[in-house]
Amino acid sequence: MSLEMRQVPLAEGLLVLPAARAQEKSSGDHTAGSGPYVFQIVSFKWDHVQEPYIIALWILVASLAKIVFHLSHKVTRVVPESALLIVLGLFLGGIVWAADHIASFTLTPNVFFFYLLPPIVLDAGYFMPNKLFFGNLGTILLYAVIGTVWNAATTGMSLYGVYLSGIMGQLDIGLLDFLLFGSLIAAVDPVAVLAVFEEVHVNEVLFIIVFGESLLNDAVTVVLYNVFDSFVAMGADNVTGVDCVKGIVSFFVVSLGGTFVGIVFAFLLSLVTRFTKHVRIIEPGFVFVISYLSYLTAEMLSLSAILAITFCGVCCQKYVKANICDQSSTTVRYTMKMLASGSETIIFMFLGISAVNPDIWTWNTAFILLTLVFISVYRVIGVVIQTWVLNHYRVVQLEIIDQVVMSYGGLRGAVAFALVALLDEKKVKEKNLFVSTTIIVVFFTVIFQGLTIKPLVQWLKVKKSEHREPKLNEKLHGRAFDHILSAVEDISGQIGHNYLRDKWSNFDRKILSKVLMRRSAQKSRDQILNIFHELNLKDAISYVAEGERRGSLAFIRSSSTDNMVNVDFSTPRPSTVEASVSCLLREKASSVCLDMQALEQRRKSIRDTEDTVTHHTLQQYLYKPRQEHIHLYSRHEIIQNEDEKQDKEIFHRTMRKRLESFKSTKLGINQPKKLNKSHKRDRGQKRRNSNAIPNGKIPSENPVPDFTLKEKGIDNPAFSADDDQSIYMKFPPWLTDEDSVVPSQRARVQLPYSPNNFRRLTPFRLSNKSVDSFLLADGPEERPRAFLPETTHM
Amino acid sequence: MGSAHSMPEEIQELADKTGFTLEQIEHLHRRFKQISGDQRTIRKESFDRIPDLEFNPIRSKIVRAFFDKRNLRQASDGLAEEINFEDFLTIMSYFRPMEMNMDEEQLDHFRKEKLKFLFHMYDSDNDGKITLQEYRKVVEELLSRNPHLEKESARSIADGAMMEAASICVGQMEPDQVYEGITFEDFLKMWQGIDIDTKMHVRFLNMEPIAHCH
Repeated sequence: MSLEMRQVPLAEGLLVLPAARAQEKSSGDHTAGSGPYVFQIVSFKWDHVQEPYIIALWILVASLAKIVFHLSHKVTRVVPESALLIVLGLFLGGIVWAADHIASFTLTPNVFFFYLLPPIVLDAGYFMPNKLFFGNLGTILLYAVIGTVWNAATTGMSLYGVYLSGIMGQLDIGLLDFLLFGSLIAAVDPVAVLAVFEEVHVNEVLFIIVFGESLLNDAVTVVLYNVFDSFVAMGADNVTGVDCVKGIVSFFVVSLGGTFVGIVFAFLLSLVTRFTKHVRIIEPGFVFVISYLSYLTAEMLSLSAILAITFCGVCCQKYVKANICDQSSTTVRYTMKMLASGSETIIFMFLGISAVNPDIWTWNTAFILLTLVFISVYRVIGVVIQTWVLNHYRVVQLEIIDQVVMSYGGLRGAVAFALVALLDEKKVKEKNLFVSTTIIVVFFTVIFQGLTIKPLVQWLKVKKSEHREPKLNEKLHGRAFDHILSAVEDISGQIGHNYLRDKWSNFDRKILSKVLMRRSAQKSRDQILNIFHELNLKDAISYVAEGERRGSLAFIRSSSTDNMVNVDFSTPRPSTVEASVSCLLREKASSVCLDMQALEQRRKSIRDTEDTVTHHTLQQYLYKPRQEHIHLYSRHEIIQNEDEKQDKEIFHRTMRKRLESFKSTKLGINQPKKLNKSHKRDRGQKRRNSNAIPNGKIPSENPVPDFTLKEKGIDNPAFSADDDQSIYMKFPPWLTDEDSVVPSQRARVQLPYSPNNFRRLTPFRLSNKSVDSFLLADGPEERPRAFLPETTHM
Repeated sequence: MGSAHSMPEEIQELADKTGFTLEQIEHLHRRFKQISGDQRTIRKESFDRIPDLEFNPIRSKIVRAFFDKRNLRQASDGLAEEINFEDFLTIMSYFRPMEMNMDEEQLDHFRKEKLKFLFHMYDSDNDGKITLQEYRKVVEELLSRNPHLEKESARSIADGAMMEAASICVGQMEPDQVYEGITFEDFLKMWQGIDIDTKMHVRFLNMEPIAHCH
């Protein structure tokens, strides 16, 4: 028998090897045991490592499978990964079975519920777009609760009705069994939905509704399952009205209790991360451990564990992300994604493997077929009715196309399978039938619906998710809108969505954030500021990148930009995204015709680069938008780390050098029109905090020296060196033309009032409050030049 | 409004003009009386009676918008001293949700009206464009609620946003060109393709007044 084993491919062979080896070992022991013990230099301790080894091997196989799948781009575009994994699982299961005639590996409910499901749900909760989620919460709840109950009831009852008609033949089933089956097959599965919708990219509202529903229906599923399970155990005759009422009550307890547990743990987690400043290296650990504890606690209290861990993630994200340091944040993000992705892979693969188990297979054509029909039909009916009701209350109506996608996207997955595997055979006599049917249903939805949903979405022209750059203007106006709407709601005297949101954000700002967020984080957690920060970052990168490429930033002065004024800023962005900035540049090197155009393209494509990359690239060059630094010298507050101080120094030095150069050339005055360079220069400055490269100037009045100071400094020696030479800074025309234009802020700043200022600006050791002093130093000196027109809007 | 105006024809007329339903008008009328203290008109000071409005960072601009003659669809410019119920409804009608039965042209018109309202809020001096100074003021007010954000940062953000606007509206500028400010056409261009349905409307459904004005 062992010889046969060795002919099987090694990976799979190893799985069955244990059986064989165990025999060998034992026989070996016998022979060794009969004589004196011999010292073995090397021994094969399979039993010792068996369990972890096998687990690790399976994980490896699953991951390798993923690699193999993605080698063929054509295949992955059409077939969802989950389907491929199931097929692989079937294949592996087949091999194992053929080799050993035993179904050695199945997806046991325990492993599933304790180890495989939590990472996925945590990942979903932690990265849940909160605003979208809570904005559509009503809709989601309706679908999750009413929809699932409807599905369960109708499916169960219809199947019972059909059974009564006799088509299914003789089965040892009662109404309650059917209802039990209905309840576990009715729920939309978060794992499957995620797996499939991830590849489909529908618009976010649609996604959040389906996905939210799949998460929140867990409470309903748990309750229904438990209720019917116990009813079945009690026997149909013993079920009384009181029990039904208890069932309804338990729904509220389970769902609200689960949510509450999740929120409590979220609070704990946020609080803990507030104090982890000195143990940064294990910060990510807290996130995972505490979230997992919330899951287990809810499970222990027989509440809805999925709800618990979901809300733990949902509630803690803001504070945790604010509190933990960047590296920890990245670690958490990647680890979570890795665990979730890994779990998903293993789940689907095991779904396939578990199917290859002849012991459980019971085929009943009518039952299986009708189940499939019923769940699809009733889902469609349910969605249509609920949407019709909802559209009366919703702002953004859900159209037919949305409804189609929602019905079609109601996938069943591993949760149903795990639940059915949990059934007690003694109580539910036809467990095998249920298991077989569940497997078929799951396979059907994941494979068939997963395969066809993409073409369906394209055919129906469903609105896709837009990945737009968050424009600063959008964010600003968005915020303005929010405030306006709150105000209008206040004025018209209603409690509306905005009113609630406003109240919550007030509460959050005044109380919660003070408790849960580090003091340093509280200051920097403004959305608009983040966008601003991001934009500055990206602008700054482009400079470094370009400087990198050329070895110096002399490009700014290069003369081939006569055509610059004709640069079209609406060039579509290149779609390729290179992770490495220099790689990107090397690639583009040959295609440069117009420097600035290429730079613009590069900038735009750089903007598509991932945040993490930009962070790494520019970590040392960053200067966060200035906020209060008063706490620097406080005893209670932690001193800013050295890097930040250094950043500021670098920044100041660079800024000063730049200002120097400007001032020196300004003394030169009116030089006509090789405005290109001034534009480029302007751009260089202005681009610090903007996305655009306007060739024009923005009118401004007040001398805003801080304007440039707020920008990212780039301590590129090449750059600084260039400064001195600089710039044929032609005076931008605004300075020559007295009446029409208002000088740009930069122009104001640069004006060298006198050589004295010049000297004042030579690098001197600034304190950390330097920006203030710098400002102050500059401040009084700034006086509107006589020849510069002022706007009337002072 | 006094009792003389509560006749059905008047209300119907208002309904036709502003697009509200009769019940909504009744509710809003009640609210109007609350705010105005049973007077026929309200002034700026009346809005002080609404306690929750205090926390709104752009409160002054919003209140001002109620009295802005451009929003009231009057021919002239400037601010009205006081507004009556009809004007109140006119302003509120800017926030009605877009209805399903509107056709393309109506939708477009409606959308433009809403954006115009916003535009007027920004353009405080009624010169038809939002200059940098005006924009700065708006941004400062918007971000004023965050105590940790400095004025200079707010200003830089405003500048950045303005430049972004410039790039969208006038992508390519001649060397001598100056970007005066955002005109309404530019403003529309900025919002092209972005869905403001959800952002610019209030559901006039739950009409229970939340608090009595003190």
